[in-house]
Amino acid sequence: MNSRTGDPQADVQLLRFSTCGSVDDGKSTLIGRLLHDSKLILEDQLVALQRASLMRGESEVNLANLTDGLRAEREQGITIDVAYRYFATPRRRFIVADTPGHVQYTRNMVTGASTSSLALILVDSRTGIIEQTRRHATIASLLGIPHLVLCVNKMDLVDFSEEVFEAIRKDFTRFSTRLKIKDVTVIPMSALLGDNVVDRSSNMPWHMGETLLSFLESVHIASDWNMQDPRFPVQWVIRPRFGRSTDYRAFAGQVASGAFRVGDRVTVLPSGGQSRIQDIQLMSRSLEVAHAPMSACILLEDTIDVSRGDLIVASDNLPHVGRDLEAMCCWMDETPLQLGKKYLLKHTTRSTKAMVRHLQYRLDVNRLEEDSAHVLKLNEIGRISLKTATPLLYDRYHRNRTLGGFVLIDESTHATVGAGMLEEPAKPAPLPERVDYSI
Amino acid sequence: MDSYYLSHLDALEAEAIYVMREVAAEFERPVLLFSGGKDSICLLRLAEKAFRPAHFPFPLLHIDTGHNFAEVIEFRDRRVKALGERLIVRTVDDAIDAGIATEPGGTDKSRNWLQIPTLLHALEEFKFDAAFGGARRDEEKSRAKERFFSFRDEFGQWDPRSQRPELWSVYNTRIHPGEHIRVFPLSNWTELDVWQYIAREKLEIPSIYFSHRREVFQRDGLWMSACELLPLKRGEVIETRSIRFRTVGDILCTAAIESSCSTVQEIIGEVAALKVTERGARADDQVSETSMEDRKREGYF
Repeated sequence: MNSRTGDPQADVQLLRFSTCGSVDDGKSTLIGRLLHDSKLILEDQLVALQRASLMRGESEVNLANLTDGLRAEREQGITIDVAYRYFATPRRRFIVADTPGHVQYTRNMVTGASTSSLALILVDSRTGIIEQTRRHATIASLLGIPHLVLCVNKMDLVDFSEEVFEAIRKDFTRFSTRLKIKDVTVIPMSALLGDNVVDRSSNMPWHMGETLLSFLESVHIASDWNMQDPRFPVQWVIRPRFGRSTDYRAFAGQVASGAFRVGDRVTVLPSGGQSRIQDIQLMSRSLEVAHAPMSACILLEDTIDVSRGDLIVASDNLPHVGRDLEAMCCWMDETPLQLGKKYLLKHTTRSTKAMVRHLQYRLDVNRLEEDSAHVLKLNEIGRISLKTATPLLYDRYHRNRTLGGFVLIDESTHATVGAGMLEEPAKPAPLPERVDYSI
Repeated sequence: MDSYYLSHLDALEAEAIYVMREVAAEFERPVLLFSGGKDSICLLRLAEKAFRPAHFPFPLLHIDTGHNFAEVIEFRDRRVKALGERLIVRTVDDAIDAGIATEPGGTDKSRNWLQIPTLLHALEEFKFDAAFGGARRDEEKSRAKERFFSFRDEFGQWDPRSQRPELWSVYNTRIHPGEHIRVFPLSNWTELDVWQYIAREKLEIPSIYFSHRREVFQRDGLWMSACELLPLKRGEVIETRSIRFRTVGDILCTAAIESSCSTVQEIIGEVAALKVTERGARADDQVSETSMEDRKREGYF
């Protein structure tokens, strides 16, 4: 039996990471190398690759062809969309969100980054840190990615020089101290030759750190989830229509953050109703605890009105509640953001109408500076103030990604036009005992 | 805090349950496409986890090519009965009789393409606005770009170049009348995850997934099941071998592999060591480098 993945009980962790890069910096080659060296390219894929490379007149198998999936992408030799790849080692399972790197694909980078706990950024050792590197790092920081790996690639083309690497590392560190990312790692490598990707490079004995794969396998991700703030957005109410259990009501959802235990005192928002957790179930089996990101059902001791869109929280740890919101917003549609227009806002399991009242500034993602602007266009990121028709129950995005992220939807085209990350409320309002939400 | 982490299977399961509940809550008439294959067997278990002790808030739908393995149909009906859920079956034969689909000429009698009009017609017939499928992104290159919620226009078509961005777990479920969404709760699962889940949950699967003696012949390097629908070409010889199937589909284009696996555990070991992708045993995917993308654009599963 293959030791790699043979044991079905193998209790391995899942790491989701994103890569950004353009045609020239070797991103596709790097992913191809990770898959190839961890022996995950299968024979028929290799044959198809050899055939494709031959037809394009390339002398060697081009690992980049493995990752470009759509006809248009293969024809043009570019990556248009986010593509998801999967590979595994004995220690971890990986989901890679592979995104294009040019500025016109910022929205794809934002999309790929939204579900990732690690960002992998490539830089060509001959050119060093460029605008695109800073853009990728800024987006990773904005989207709250806790770990960043800068891969200084093509070291073979600078004679594996430690001086070149050190200069790039210092240059990047100067920039990255201004970001919100707590964990930054820099690795010299050659994706083409395989140095420091899976196997340690004999060409760079001066590099004391880990190889990329061993870093990906060991980076500490268990504390990336917010485990402080118990939040449970209700998705669905389970009410069987048969048998004796007619008063059975279970509130189904996925724990967004924190943990809930049987007996915990909880508050249901926005009503403010209070109760205790009577039972936690999954498929009629009782659980002692439900923690993020588990899907489960919560049953309460008291009969209180709970429906989809409500939020169950620990009574001693309440989120922000409000209609006046501050957020960073990435615009994702050809039609620019219109101030005063009514959009549909979806946040956890709640949808409401929203209006952007003010664009405070546009962020220059290349220089991390604030520009004044009147309009937010496709792929631009800015700080907005908005008002919703019903209150949102939320946490600051950088504290809690699930309770802090929302999307804006155009009501006529139904397109997803914006992605928002909530900030602290401008004027924190004290939460009264009972709140009258009948607006 | 380390006690608070989920294993990869638990994380994938939690994500899939969340997706199913979102669909139940936000769509008027969802349906779950159930073929009797291993992926949709996992979908049924996930639906149980999402909605029990209540019934599923949607029926099951099987698009039957009429060229299915008898063992799979028998399993399908037994499983549905045990669950106590409602199954709708629409067949390609009915669609041909009704003039919705036409049997292809030539030697390729595979009914893969014919499932498309049959499926689209069934979705229209019942006004389904969301259909769960068991597709996974690791199956094929064009599927790597598929969303969890994959928008289809009123002709049932997929436009890979204008897909909705999907951020976090906030899914845009808005559609206009006549449009629908295909939903893939297993998007992030690999073939191995599916087998590990089947083992962990002790799910029953059709017997053709296990090694058995069958009359087969070799065509284009693949072992095909000998049957009247597949006339032999010159030089092809029927022989009896110990084989099993990695996917269940139209008998005409589902190839077998030589295998002695008789338990799920053995299959897991075999899958982990296999050198050919699962789709490599599907003759329909070898037509061209983009055959899956072409079928998907038209409205395939």
